[in-house]
Amino acid sequence: MATFDVARIRADFPILSREVNGHPLVYLDSGNTSQKPRQVIDAIRTHYERHNGNVARSVHTLGTEATEAYEGARGKVGRFVGAPAEEIVFTKNSTEAINLVAHAFSVRATDERFRLGPGDEVVISEMEHHSNIVPWQLLCERTGATLKWFGLTDDGRLDLSAIDEVITERAKIVSIVHYSNIIGTINPVATIIARAREVGALVMLDGSQSVPHAPVDVTALGADFLAFTGHKMCGPTGIGVLWGRSALLNAMPPFLGGGSMIETVMLTGSTFMPPPARFEAGTPPIGEAIGLGAAVDYLTGVGMEAVQEHERRITAYTLDALATVPDVRIVGPRSLEDRAATISLVVEGVHPHDVGQILDAEGVEVRVGHHCARPVCVRFGVPATTRVSPYLYTTTDEIDALIRGLYTVRKVFA
Amino acid sequence: MRLDQLYQEIILDHYKHPHGRGLREPFDAEAHHVNPTCGDEITLRVKVADGTVDDVSYTGMGCSISQAAASVLYELVKEQKVARSLEITDAFTEVMTSRGDVEPDEDVLGDGIAFAGVAKYPARVKCALLAWMAFKDALARAGEPEKVEK
Repeated sequence: MATFDVARIRADFPILSREVNGHPLVYLDSGNTSQKPRQVIDAIRTHYERHNGNVARSVHTLGTEATEAYEGARGKVGRFVGAPAEEIVFTKNSTEAINLVAHAFSVRATDERFRLGPGDEVVISEMEHHSNIVPWQLLCERTGATLKWFGLTDDGRLDLSAIDEVITERAKIVSIVHYSNIIGTINPVATIIARAREVGALVMLDGSQSVPHAPVDVTALGADFLAFTGHKMCGPTGIGVLWGRSALLNAMPPFLGGGSMIETVMLTGSTFMPPPARFEAGTPPIGEAIGLGAAVDYLTGVGMEAVQEHERRITAYTLDALATVPDVRIVGPRSLEDRAATISLVVEGVHPHDVGQILDAEGVEVRVGHHCARPVCVRFGVPATTRVSPYLYTTTDEIDALIRGLYTVRKVFA
Repeated sequence: MRLDQLYQEIILDHYKHPHGRGLREPFDAEAHHVNPTCGDEITLRVKVADGTVDDVSYTGMGCSISQAAASVLYELVKEQKVARSLEITDAFTEVMTSRGDVEPDEDVLGDGIAFAGVAKYPARVKCALLAWMAFKDALARAGEPEKVEK
């Protein structure tokens, strides 16, 4: 493995050299969307400048090149998570990937695994992003199934003490976040998957915040579905990924209908392509997929173990530094154990919006609000939090700038 | 420093020592407004008698801008004629949505002029308007619709 050199990494990200409000940019909002290296920007530009054509339908050279690049990206993304290309479905984002799976379930599903009705149960947790709550609420409304969830402990862990009552024989699907997007908890998915297997339920993991930050191998994980999104892992927006086991994807009905997903269309009815094409109706986000392929190449070049180690050092540094600032409280795990780099904090007496505004005045970009995980805020009795989410390009100097900014916040609101 | 335009002393004062805060009885109507992007919330009640805003009472949670704006609202519209309170609401809204191009009139807006700096921060305009929109809504619910329409 090459030695990790954060200065060299930073040189790959053009935006990191800009200023914000007269200060060097300190970008601590990568959990929201990551910045993009020149290699990704160049791959997208090269596609449009040299190879642009539509995919999967053209006999001409440009169409063939575009198709090869698009399918090549699928292969790269598959290898990145240890899956064959045919198990990689390109979507718009993680949200669409989760909705796609939710829509496979219905009262009239021909495959028993996807048949869901009154008496059946869907299991999520209080820690989920809204995108892993709302699709399942809508599914339960459509089918009459019951939605259940794991609660949270005071230190921001999933409360698995009653796991056998939460995941019962009635459960058909369990959908859980791998790394929390708001408080950084790394969830014990092996325990949850083992219980789901006992009762024959399928398992979906929301990997939006894990796949960008750590080595993830779908075989080792042992779930049935994994959702993640390109723009949080150095890729462009508009491209997400659903990984699913072949046997399950084959058993699932189409999601959106249209071109590219059909075999034969007659006015009396149509037949559909096998996965992944079955789930990719219409012209896909070609340039975006190619950009994601370049992002995966970039991350693989750096090495995901190295990314993970770097973030761990930054997390330790940040937790220690935050502990020195009076009136700052961390929401979620306070130790390094089973926690990722995302840290939510509260400055006592100051609303996160005000914290974020003052930090921005010093060039420090963080996210404030409920982070699309309102139930977590409710659980911890806060209207919102300030979230710090570093990435492979984050430096300890940037964390120092954050800490200085927090002192400014306290001064303004003293 | 640009931050001073946003966090004027008047705003911080209203935030730390809000005027008229708390829900009171009696009231004619209540409105609950939220800012879904950030979770700011306000519950606001109005009491109207003989065409006059007798009381505005409120509770909520949110940033300094949203909470201070509720405090200033209370100061400006309490004991005003309903029509006048709506003129003040319109004047405040106009300043807030002007991106800083409209000079606020201190005779009309009092401490509300401190919010002129907020208009330059598009992400915060909704915060400043939260209580005012809830006030307009509560008046409508209290049966002042034709005036609110204007």
